[in-house]
Amino acid sequence: MPDNLLFAMEATLNGLTAGVMYALVALGFVLIFKASGIFNFAQGVLALFAALTLVGFQSGQIPFAHLINVIFGTRIHHFGWNMPTVLAIPATVLVMILLAILVERFILKHLVNQEPIILFMATIGLAYFLEGVGDIMWGAEVKALDVGLPKGMSGAVDDMTFAWFGYGFYIDRLELWAAGIAAILVASLTIFSQYTKQGRALRAVADDHQAALSVGISLRFIWVLTWSIAGIVALVAGIMWGSKSGVQFSLSLIALKALPVLILGGFTSIPGAIVGGLIIGVGEKLFDFYMQPIIGGATENWFAYMLALVFLLFRPQGLFGERIIERV
Amino acid sequence: MLDTQSDEGYVTADGRKIGGVAMEMKNITLRFGGVIAIKDISFDIRWGEVRAIIGPNGAGKSSMLNVISGFYHPQEGEVIYKGYRRPKMRPYQVARTGIARTFQNIALFEGMSVLDNIMTGRLHHMKANLLQQALWWGKANREEQENREKVEKIIDFLEIQHIRKTPVARLPYGLKKRVELARALAAEPSILLLDEPMAGMNVEEKEDMCRFILDVNDEFGTTTVLIEHDMGVVMDLSDRVVVMDYGRKIGDGTPEEVRNNEEVIKAYLGVAHD
Repeated sequence: MPDNLLFAMEATLNGLTAGVMYALVALGFVLIFKASGIFNFAQGVLALFAALTLVGFQSGQIPFAHLINVIFGTRIHHFGWNMPTVLAIPATVLVMILLAILVERFILKHLVNQEPIILFMATIGLAYFLEGVGDIMWGAEVKALDVGLPKGMSGAVDDMTFAWFGYGFYIDRLELWAAGIAAILVASLTIFSQYTKQGRALRAVADDHQAALSVGISLRFIWVLTWSIAGIVALVAGIMWGSKSGVQFSLSLIALKALPVLILGGFTSIPGAIVGGLIIGVGEKLFDFYMQPIIGGATENWFAYMLALVFLLFRPQGLFGERIIERV
Repeated sequence: MLDTQSDEGYVTADGRKIGGVAMEMKNITLRFGGVIAIKDISFDIRWGEVRAIIGPNGAGKSSMLNVISGFYHPQEGEVIYKGYRRPKMRPYQVARTGIARTFQNIALFEGMSVLDNIMTGRLHHMKANLLQQALWWGKANREEQENREKVEKIIDFLEIQHIRKTPVARLPYGLKKRVELARALAAEPSILLLDEPMAGMNVEEKEDMCRFILDVNDEFGTTTVLIEHDMGVVMDLSDRVVVMDYGRKIGDGTPEEVRNNEEVIKAYLGVAHD
């Protein structure tokens, strides 16, 4: 097999796994958008906040330590113990649920029946607020996150491909894990939304608030539920991205990479988020591979956005989104 | 003349037995800022009857229905339901006490199929926990089958088998109204509230809807409260009628009584002011 083709195959595989990472972030957007029609600008920050909290719990950091020190002149910073990951993750999940309750209580509840654009603005505010709180609570330095997921080159894939082609593919084990976890996540979310009472209620609320109330669905409960799930998905994304590149404030910017994914997959489709992520991942890698000799590197920075623009031109509802039909 | 005021209920002209009081509205007053939408209105709804609320535009009919279904909370007065004074409840809580409704301008889940829409009517009849439902296991399986059976029965009854898998957004207006009725019925309500079930329909659709409302009442004995503009329809359908005008109650009784009420005639036909 010619080397060029092998390299392209490797790039494709790497693109697929990178795409899964994008899809993980996009998933959180889709969930909230489906359930409340809100484009949640804070999803990226939610992932950052979840990752910060997880690291904080793991390393036994005292939340708001800096603030406490400034006010009371103390010099505390750590509890002096490390929380095992199996405890830290459920604890973080609890924090995310608490956050969902607070978001409902202090933001959504007061914005019932408002235009989507107003809710969108509220999420921008929430994003900045959370970023600030995350900073005060856990500090701004870059932290390493290790939840025991394997990292580095996957020996199995390397051996296998070497045996087949005489050339070993480099695949990051972490990204393989991410793919597996994303698959489980999507499967359980799909089952939840299609087969359970709460899932049906969630879809109902997304469609029509009044009608939902009239069949006995509590809007507040559904909103807390949606934001909790979005928080948990954000935690998963935060763990994956945090393990890959450290927990740092630029993590909140991965939300931007999710935008083209959403435009491709459609804002309302969970499978769309996955497929969109994969297309962007693969597209990026292959475009870079073939075009680098011609137009130079760093195409990964803009390729996704360009692809999204092309999609907006020809298929604005995305691949799997609901077709927009205006009846007059 | 029927004695419609007896505590034990009464028997209608066509021989249906109407029971005691299901719900009583006592001195309801509802204000929006300075505007009085409902002014000190009292009336009752009896088990098994078809009770109509009529009146000119802006009379406060829909507001009244919204008070019953908990979407509005009156500043004064109380709602006695099944013999107890109802505390201030949110609309979804009221729905769970067995009061189902339809809306004047149709509130359906447009993105879902007809079947899914009607199934939402049964949401609070499902008791299995999340895990059981997700895994289709134990109680969940049995429940889903029972609920599906009930829903299928209603689909049969309202003659919408042919559209059961169709997304609601694609249906014509008349059928949407029928699906909304089906969803309300799926909850097996004690009291069914219909806000202008025939508004915007053609004659044929109106006749169908009339037939369904009467059949539902016959078959399931569902107590029905409806708002309607079409006087002919109201007179044919209802056992007793409340007439409202400018937020006040100006008449209450059987269709004949109401038809001959001076004030009602004035409100509807207008009267020369001299």
